[in-house]
Amino acid sequence: MTVQPDTGFPAAPPVDEPSREWGRLDPRMIIVRPLNELLGLLIPLFAIAFLGNGETWRLAVSGATVGALILYGLFAWLTTKYRISETQVELHKGLLLRQRLAIPRDRIRTVDLTSKLGHRLFGLTAVRVGTGQQERTPGEGVVLDAVTAAEADRLRQVFLHRPTATDEPTADQPADEGTPISTLDRRWYRYAPLSMSGLVTIGIFAGFGMNILNELDLEFSKVGFIRSVVTWVTDSNPLVVVPAVAGVVLLVSVILSFLTYLLQNHGYHLNRHADGTVRVRRGLLTTRSVSVEEQRLRGVTLHEPLLLRAGRGGRLTAVTTGLGRANGSGLLLPPAPRAEADRVSAEVLHAPTAPTAERLTRHPARARTRRLVRAITPNVVLAGALLLLAASADWPNWLWITAVCLLPISVLIGLDRYRNLGHTLTDRYLVSRSGSLDRETVALQRTGIIGWKFTQTLFQRRAGLLSVTAVTAAGKGGYAVVDIGEGDGLALADKTIPDLLRPFLAPY
Amino acid sequence: MENTEWRLRPPANLVSKRAILHWTLRAAIVWTIVVGAQAIHLLIDDGSSTWVRVVALVSLVVAVAHVAVMPRWRYAVHRWETSPEAVYTRSGWINQEWRLAPVSRIQTVDTARGPLQQLLNLSTVTVTTASAAGPVKIENLDASVAARIADELTSTTQATPGDAT
Repeated sequence: MTVQPDTGFPAAPPVDEPSREWGRLDPRMIIVRPLNELLGLLIPLFAIAFLGNGETWRLAVSGATVGALILYGLFAWLTTKYRISETQVELHKGLLLRQRLAIPRDRIRTVDLTSKLGHRLFGLTAVRVGTGQQERTPGEGVVLDAVTAAEADRLRQVFLHRPTATDEPTADQPADEGTPISTLDRRWYRYAPLSMSGLVTIGIFAGFGMNILNELDLEFSKVGFIRSVVTWVTDSNPLVVVPAVAGVVLLVSVILSFLTYLLQNHGYHLNRHADGTVRVRRGLLTTRSVSVEEQRLRGVTLHEPLLLRAGRGGRLTAVTTGLGRANGSGLLLPPAPRAEADRVSAEVLHAPTAPTAERLTRHPARARTRRLVRAITPNVVLAGALLLLAASADWPNWLWITAVCLLPISVLIGLDRYRNLGHTLTDRYLVSRSGSLDRETVALQRTGIIGWKFTQTLFQRRAGLLSVTAVTAAGKGGYAVVDIGEGDGLALADKTIPDLLRPFLAPY
Repeated sequence: MENTEWRLRPPANLVSKRAILHWTLRAAIVWTIVVGAQAIHLLIDDGSSTWVRVVALVSLVVAVAHVAVMPRWRYAVHRWETSPEAVYTRSGWINQEWRLAPVSRIQTVDTARGPLQQLLNLSTVTVTTASAAGPVKIENLDASVAARIADELTSTTQATPGDAT
């Protein structure tokens, strides 16, 4: 039925071995897909159906949503099929928009196995295949959602097994558990509240909840408890209310961040496998297992947001081709002690010492002025604008006073940004560090650099500074060494890849 | 050698002289729309307040300065060079950018011409690599020069083995 869909696309490239059978996704997906969607919509649906006065339209909307989801699951299953030949992976999918995807197997760099709760009830797993191609929008690319867990494991072995090896990759190889690099330590939970994830979750829920309440016109003021809380907040002394609300938000955010950590990182394992991959497994309800081909691992990024840094912790992600930027698929180590992050980065990169722990060369003092100016200017502009509005348009005075009071903080942030600037060159890695609120230390493999970008603003030119960006196929595509002295920056680039830049340099 | 203070030398070739005209026209079109809209508003609405007039005057001054200065400044900055090993470009005006891409890492070479460029017989060469950091562009070359560079780069790229990642 899907021989030649009516699209203007050219036919998929010819397949070497057309005898291979088309496979379908597991039939249980007819149930699992709607189930997964329903789990996400449970709260809004419940709110629509049962809050309010039980009008018929509420029930009708809920019923129609559930019906549509079930139909969607059925059609998604009916229209999706895949085939794996010697040279490529093909996937056909879509009802209204037919898609035919084919990717060469030797371009597969990463395999990401994800099982949501619905999947796990039925022992299924979604397989996402990453190639060297940069993902333009999240969700693009070849995803087999879903096959049985055993089939998924077989596919991973097939996909990451290099075609140069002649022996047929089979499932009868003994299960490869790999050598552990790192596993979750219960003490790491103390870093959970430092990651601010709880506060973010509260923000999302508050925004989402407000929207739904507005849309549905629910009359919460009729619920006694909520009404008494609202009356208390509006009537009491602000000196009592503000600390109380702050305390509650803090408490809830701490609890939520523990929960998030548990949900995302339960059972975290980082292993190295004999087939030349490193594999991260984690998750409580939704389990993920991401395999990265080590040959394509171009480096690591150590993330130290301010609070996590204050607690001497850090988070590690992979710099590699083929991982989507969506929802943290590149995570190598969840928030953990800094020492552990350094140890893991050394192990993963096969380096004798951790490149992320190297002593970095500071940038010239001229860079400090620039960091300070860039940190303070927006604040000054904001304060000035608010002052103007207070004078001319009767805006309250406390706004600009607050903005002025924030100035010392932006000065501190500027100084910290300068303090964190740094770079160094190890025998295989270019290391660069920058940022304050979210400090990042990138160790980028020197052989993975495929070009340079040098940028200079007017002010940098006057200060004799330069930003050097190492262009690479992996990760973000470019990693910058910010505000390095002009001569030092060029010398650094020249030393990183000998002979490339030299013909374009001239002595002063 | 290790103690020499280095600087980037300017790439060897200038872009086409007609590029100045292209940049001037492009800026002039945008500014005509912006300033024109404000002028029409002032003509129709007699009672506009002082600050509306001030904003209109300021945008007129900025427009004239931008159209007068930017194209010449750009022409002095925009330069390019290709060697058997690499493509090397400089672009920008107030803020400047140098790009260096080894020929062995080039994936595609395209030329493209916008409507204004077609009028002026200009062409832009876009050299893409495997990176998401954006392509290397040489703007506003004479069309024949652009075609020649694209041909040269394509043939040297094809002669280089590997998947350029």
